[in-house]
Amino acid sequence: MATTEEIRTDLAEIVNEVAGVDTDDVQLDKSFVDDLDVDSLSMVEVVVAAEEKFGVSIPDDEVKNLKTVGDAVAYIERAQA
Amino acid sequence: MSSKRVVVTGLGVTSPVGGDVPSTWDALVNGRSGVRPLTQDWAETLPVRIAGTAAVEPTDVLERVKARRWDRSTQLAMIAATEAWSDAGFADLAEGDGPDGDRVGVAFASGIGGVTTLLANYDALLEKGPRRVSPLAVPMLMPNAPAASVSLAFGARAFASTPVSACASGNEAISLALDQIRLGRADVVVAGGTEAAIHPLNIAAFANMMALSKSTNDPTTVSRPWDTGRDGFVLGEGAGALVLESEEHALARGARIYAVVMGAGVTADSHDIAQPDPEGRGGTRAIARALHEGEVDPTDVVHVNAHATSTPLGDIAEGLMLHATLGAHATDVVVTSTKSMTGHLLGGAGAVEAVATVMALHHRTSPPTINLDDQDPAVDLDIATKARDLPMGDIVAVNNSFGFGGANVAVAFGSV
Repeated sequence: MATTEEIRTDLAEIVNEVAGVDTDDVQLDKSFVDDLDVDSLSMVEVVVAAEEKFGVSIPDDEVKNLKTVGDAVAYIERAQA
Repeated sequence: MSSKRVVVTGLGVTSPVGGDVPSTWDALVNGRSGVRPLTQDWAETLPVRIAGTAAVEPTDVLERVKARRWDRSTQLAMIAATEAWSDAGFADLAEGDGPDGDRVGVAFASGIGGVTTLLANYDALLEKGPRRVSPLAVPMLMPNAPAASVSLAFGARAFASTPVSACASGNEAISLALDQIRLGRADVVVAGGTEAAIHPLNIAAFANMMALSKSTNDPTTVSRPWDTGRDGFVLGEGAGALVLESEEHALARGARIYAVVMGAGVTADSHDIAQPDPEGRGGTRAIARALHEGEVDPTDVVHVNAHATSTPLGDIAEGLMLHATLGAHATDVVVTSTKSMTGHLLGGAGAVEAVATVMALHHRTSPPTINLDDQDPAVDLDIATKARDLPMGDIVAVNNSFGFGGANVAVAFGSV
């Protein structure tokens, strides 16, 4: 079972790849839109890459609830449990 | 028609022979080919395994995050447009000192659009399912993506249009830009054309319609316009961009002026979907129109950058067009086909060749046509096989293009 920190680190790599955000900036309290400049299309890319990386499914309806990095990490943790 | 004169104040290019204007021009005047073997695995079973691939890989010079949101055709367009914008003196201006964005337009052509993005996403759909189709696929593959991206980059809000007329597209973009400035709809237009279509599907399709050369000789010798040994074109990729500006606007800001855009002619053959009119009548009307519009006497024309793709019929038809429009003077004109070095850039061709035509006026030098060992006797033209000086004084050069669908576009440029 991956730890919260391991998930955050892997997610940070994805956000860096998709949106060019420094991995150190991808912290749990950060908003994808307001803090990291991840627009809606990039967010879809992040979600699809995360589904593949973590072996989970993140339905489109759920994506709008993932406002912060912490929301996404928590969702992935629950989905993996 | 308003009497506004339109001038060229910026040039940009990325091509099979160079990643910018200085390197491309140096390669062209020195006769260096950019045609290379295709060594990728996907090329192994193809009937043609050479192409004019971009001399500088676009992702080596673009910001990674931006580049991954652009199809390769937009990547190439952005490199050329950025160079032209900077060359025109707009890049280093302080905020608020640049041209009014409402008066800046974009006319950026493509022949095929984001075809490699389309096909890569179709592969992903088949192999991995619909979830793996990129959310960026549509804004990447749409043919107006290059024009839209240039508009976004430079705050150009007058218009962002994408003329599509196959291999005449790039030249048609310049014609559209000329019209828009003359009509007073914009003061500055970034005009150009781009193509990135080196993909096995396109190569197979062009080869099967017998448009591509299937020669297995040294790749640098396969594109041989007007030579008796020519047997089809070589596919190339790249983009060219020109900043066109009303003379009034250019003079007011003290811009360097490379050339005047004298006139343009755009016609249709209505003859065949793929073959040019064997007598070149549509192209003749386009060249005549460009000269008439610019009030150019045919004897003032000293140089033609021809479409001449190295196909058996097209190259002969173009000779007929020049004789029909220039009369007895046709054999006094220094004619060249830079496609002998770049291959055929489809929707990018007219724009890259417009840059070469303007550079030829600026430096008063015609680039050569390489590989012309035995000129076809059906073509009675003075074709430069080495770089040739052009005369001093007021001179005119014509950039000629035609394309599938019977599109013909000629643009006449005058020296300053």
